Amino acid sequence: MSEEKTPPAAPNLVDLGFMDARIKAIDIAAFFDRVQRHGQSDDYRVAALRAALPELLSGETGRARRVLEALSDQSEEPIPAAVIQGAFGAPRPTES
Amino acid sequence: MVSRTTDDYVAMALAGCEAICEPAFWAGFDRASEKGFYDYFRQITDYEPRRAAKFGLKHYSWLCINPKEAEDVSLAEAVLALIPEFIDQPNVLGIGEIGLNKNSRNELKVLEMHIDLAARHDQLILVHTPHLEDKLKGTKLILDVLASDSRINPGRVIIDHVEEHTAPLVLDRGFWAGMTLYPESKTTPHRAIDMLELYGSEQVWLNSACDWGISDPIAVPKTALEMRRRGYDAASIDRLLYQNPASFMSQCPKFAIDGFSGVVGA
Ligand SMILES: [Zn+2]
Repeated sequence: MSEEKTPPAAPNLVDLGFMDARIKAIDIAAFFDRVQRHGQSDDYRVAALRAALPELLSGETGRARRVLEALSDQSEEPIPAAVIQGAFGAPRPTES
Repeated sequence: MVSRTTDDYVAMALAGCEAICEPAFWAGFDRASEKGFYDYFRQITDYEPRRAAKFGLKHYSWLCINPKEAEDVSLAEAVLALIPEFIDQPNVLGIGEIGLNKNSRNELKVLEMHIDLAARHDQLILVHTPHLEDKLKGTKLILDVLASDSRINPGRVIIDHVEEHTAPLVLDRGFWAGMTLYPESKTTPHRAIDMLELYGSEQVWLNSACDWGISDPIAVPKTALEMRRRGYDAASIDRLLYQNPASFMSQCPKFAIDGFSGVVGA
C-alpha cells in the first residue's frame, strides 16, 4: 500500500529473530512432552495446537494467519447467551 | 489509566509519549449497577485527566459499557442513558471500547445500541474485538453490524486488537485497524511490524494495553526501537506511531496535541 512495505535497508532478520524462534520451538516441543508425560495430551487445546502446527512447515507465506484461523471458532451465528466471559485459545468442542 | 499507578505515567512521559487515550473497559469484576459506571465515567473524564497532567500527559477517554458486561441488556440500557451527560466533557473522544466478547445475541444488541448512540451524537467509535478463539467470528459480526448502519463512516471507526487473520478484513472495508501490543496475546512488536509490511500502514495505529493483566505501557516506544532495528527510518516510524493516531483522533475537534498540525503527508 505504501512505500515502507519493504524497509529501505532490511537488516539480517535471521540474526534478529532466530534465537527467539529457536527458544519458542523448543518450548513447544517440551510442552507436548510434558502434557504427554502427565497423560493430558487429549485436551482439546493440545489437539487444536497439534492440528495447527503443520502450517509452520508449509511452503506458503501466510502461516501466522492460518495458525490463527486454525485456533479460531469457525461458526458464524451469534451464540444464544454468554455464560462465561473468558476465552481459552482454541474453540471448545461444542463451539464449532 | 485507572488500573495503573503513577509509575506508568512517568515511564510513558520519559519514553516520549504525549497523550493517552483510555477506553471505558472492564473493571476486573462486574459492576453491581449503573451507579458504578456513573462514578467510573466521572473518574475517566475528570480525575484521570488531572492525574495524567501532573506528568505532562494529555488524557482522552472513550465512554461505553464494555462487551464483557453487555450480556445484561437492562444494565446496558441504564448505562447508555448516563453517557449523554458525559459526552461533551473536554477529554471525551467518542464511544468505546464497544464490540463483542463471547459473540452472543445480547452483546450484539448492546453493540447496536452503542452504534446508534454514536451516530446520533456524531461520535468517533473505538471497537474492541474478542479474544483468542472468538476474535475471527466476532470481528466478522462487528463489521457486518457497522456496515449495515448507513450513518456510520468507516473512516471514523477504529477496530482494535487486529491480528494477521483479521487485519485485512478490517482494512479492506475502509475501517481503521488498531494493533494492540500485549505480552501474552494480541500481538508483539515484531508481528505488528510484519503486518505493516503485509497490509500497509495507512489507517493503522499501534497501542499499548494498560489494563489489569500483565501489560506494558511503553510497548509503543519499544516497537519504535524494533522498527529502527529492522531498518525503518525516523519518518516512517513517526508517521505510524504518532501521525496516524493523531490523524484519526483529530477527527474529534476536542483532540489537540502540540506537535500535530492536523495534516498528514503520507
Ligand atoms: Zn479491548
